[in-house]
Amino acid sequence: MTTTDTLPDERGRFGSYGGRYVPETLMALLDDLEAAYREARESEAFQEELSGYLKNFVGRPTPIYFAERLTERLGGAKIYLKREDLAHTGAHKINNAMGQILLARRMGKTRIIAETGAGQHGVATATVAAMFGLDCEIYMGTEDMARQALNVFRMRLLGATVTGVDSGSRTLKDAINEAIRDWVTNVDSTFYIFGSVLGPHPYPMIVRDFQRVIGVEAREQILEVEGRLPDCLIACVGGGSNSIGLFHRFLDDDVKMVGVEAGGHGIASGEHAARFQGGLLGVLHGSQIYVLQDEDGQIALTHSVSAGLDYSGVGPEHCYLRDQDRIEYSYATDEEALEAFQLLSRTEGIIPALESAHAVAEVVKRAPTMDRDQIILVNLSGRGDKDVTQAAEMIEGID
Amino acid sequence: MGRIDERFSNLKSAGHSGFIPYIMAGDPSLDTTVDLVLALEHAGADVIELGMPFSDPLADGPTIQAAGQRALANGTTVADVLKTVEAVRRQSTVPMILMSYCNPVYRYGLKDFVTACADIGLDGMLLTDLPPEEASAYKEAMHDAGLDTIFLLAPTSREARIKAVTEASTGFVYYVSRAGVTGERHSLSDSLGPMVGQIRSHTDLPIAVGFGISTPEHARAVAELADAAVVGSAIVRRIGEGGSDPHLAKKIGEFAAELAGPLKG
Repeated sequence: MTTTDTLPDERGRFGSYGGRYVPETLMALLDDLEAAYREARESEAFQEELSGYLKNFVGRPTPIYFAERLTERLGGAKIYLKREDLAHTGAHKINNAMGQILLARRMGKTRIIAETGAGQHGVATATVAAMFGLDCEIYMGTEDMARQALNVFRMRLLGATVTGVDSGSRTLKDAINEAIRDWVTNVDSTFYIFGSVLGPHPYPMIVRDFQRVIGVEAREQILEVEGRLPDCLIACVGGGSNSIGLFHRFLDDDVKMVGVEAGGHGIASGEHAARFQGGLLGVLHGSQIYVLQDEDGQIALTHSVSAGLDYSGVGPEHCYLRDQDRIEYSYATDEEALEAFQLLSRTEGIIPALESAHAVAEVVKRAPTMDRDQIILVNLSGRGDKDVTQAAEMIEGID
Repeated sequence: MGRIDERFSNLKSAGHSGFIPYIMAGDPSLDTTVDLVLALEHAGADVIELGMPFSDPLADGPTIQAAGQRALANGTTVADVLKTVEAVRRQSTVPMILMSYCNPVYRYGLKDFVTACADIGLDGMLLTDLPPEEASAYKEAMHDAGLDTIFLLAPTSREARIKAVTEASTGFVYYVSRAGVTGERHSLSDSLGPMVGQIRSHTDLPIAVGFGISTPEHARAVAELADAAVVGSAIVRRIGEGGSDPHLAKKIGEFAAELAGPLKG
C-alpha cells in the first residue's frame, strides 16, 4: 500500500492525475502559493495559529456520535456520525477556509474570492473574510442561488459580494470558471480560496491538508470510545474534500472506505454527477481528472438534488485512490438521498445537508449487510437547514 | 521551413509587422467561417487563429465565451472544425493555427488529433490551458507532425518561465499583454515594451502580442514593439453583431484591413 503522505509529487501529480493545466498568467501565482504553503506547513507559528482558531472559532474538535436509533432501525453495524455539521457555519468547509485565509494573510493579500455550489464554502469564506476584515467576492451559479437562497443571504449578511454566474449550467462548474477569470485579472491583490480538492496544484494538496483534521480527530475519538478502528468509513463525494478529509488519516489502516457520488435521476438517465460511473479522463479546471463529458470533449451538464455534489469532475487524489482500489465509489440517487434526509431527521434528531444525506443513503444500504459488532463511521459533512425549503417542495406528506 | 516561419521571414524582409486575427469556428456558421478566413486573408492577415469551441473557456472574456456558445449551439463539433480548416486549405495557403483548450483535444486522442491537423494542412496550435510543464507528449506529437507549438507568456511570467516557454515554442511566441481574460480594452499596458524586450533577450522567435488589442491605434503601437498583433474580441464582437448579414465577410474584411494597415506601414 502506497502511503499518500508523499503525494502529490513535485509536479502536483497523484499517479497520473492532477497537475497544473492553467493559462500562463496563473503559473507564477501558483508557484508563489505553493512556496508560501510549504513554508507555512512547516511553520510552528502558523500551525499553532490555525489550531487556535479551529478550537476557539470553529469549535473543534467536532464530536463523533453513536447513532443508536438508526443502528437499531437498520439492524446491522454500529453507526457513528462525525459531526462536521456542528462546526461553525454548519459544515466542514470552514476548516479549509480558515487555513487558506491565514495563508492569504501571510502572503499579504487583501482581497478574497471563492466559488461556491451549495453555498457552504461561500458562507465559510465570507465568514473568515469578515473575521479578518478582508474584501470578499463569491461567485455562484444562478441556478444554485435559486435553490440555496438562504446561503446567499448569509453571505451578504457577512459582508460579501455574491456575484451570480449565468453561463453554462449556472452551477458550480461555471462559478469556478468565473472565479478563475477574476483571479487571472486581479493577480496582485487577490487570493482565491478554492473550496474543494480540485483545481490546479497545489490546491488539491492544500485543501486535503486543511480537511485532514476530520479524520485525525475521528480516528482518536473512535479508538477512545470503541478501543478499535471502524470497519468502514463512508462520505459523500462532490469535488471530494469532506471525504478525503475523513479518509486520509486512515489510508494506511485496514479500514474499508466508500465514497458516495450523486446518482441524480439514475445513471441510465444521464442526469447525474457520478463521475466514476460515466466519466472519462479529461482536463477540467486545471487538473487531469475523471470528467463527465460528451464524445467531443465538451463538459457535460450534471444533475443532483444536492448543489454541493453537482459538479462534472472529481478530485485527482480520489481518481488515484480509486485506481489503487483503496477507495470504493458508489452513488445514491436523489430519491435515496431524500429518504435518508428524512430518516436521519426522524431517528436521530439531526437534519443532514442533502450532500451528507447521500452518505447516509449508503449507510442505509450497507449497515444491514454487516454484523452487529462491526462499525461504520460516516461523515456528516454539513447540516441541512439550508436545504429545508428545497426539500419541502420535493417531499410529499409533510405539512 | 513551415508556412508560419516563412511568413514571418517575409514580413521581416519587408520591414512589416504581422496581423493575426482570431475568429471562432462555427460562429455564425461553418460555411461563413470559411468565407471569413478568406476575407481576413484578403485584408492582410498573416496568420489566422481559429478558435475551436469549448464549453468551459476559462481564459476567455464574455465576447469570445459568447461566440463559443453560439458555435456549440449550432452543433459545431471537433470534426466540423477540422473540415473547415480543410475547406480553407483547398483555396488558400494562409498560415492557420487552432486555438482551444486541452479537453476536446485529449478526448479526440492527442496523437490522432495532431495527425488529423497535419493531414488537413493546419500549421500550428495553441492550447490556452496547457503550459510547457504539462506538454511533453503534446510537443513530441506536434513536432513529429511538423506543426508549430505556440505557447503563451504573460506579465506575471518571470525569467525562468520566459526561458522555458520560449524554448518550448516554435513558429512564434504569444505574449498576453495584460493579466486577465480575452477582451477589448481602451489602452495597452505600460509594461508591454519592457516585457517584449525581456522576451526578446531569450529568443529569436517572432513575438506576437494579444489580449486587448482592439483599434488601429493599438495595432500601430504594437507594431513598434513586437512582430505581430493578435486581434480577437474586437473582430468576434462584430461577427456576433453581424449575425446573418449576407455581407458579413465583406464587412469584417473591411474592419480587418483597417487594423492591418498600420502594421504594414
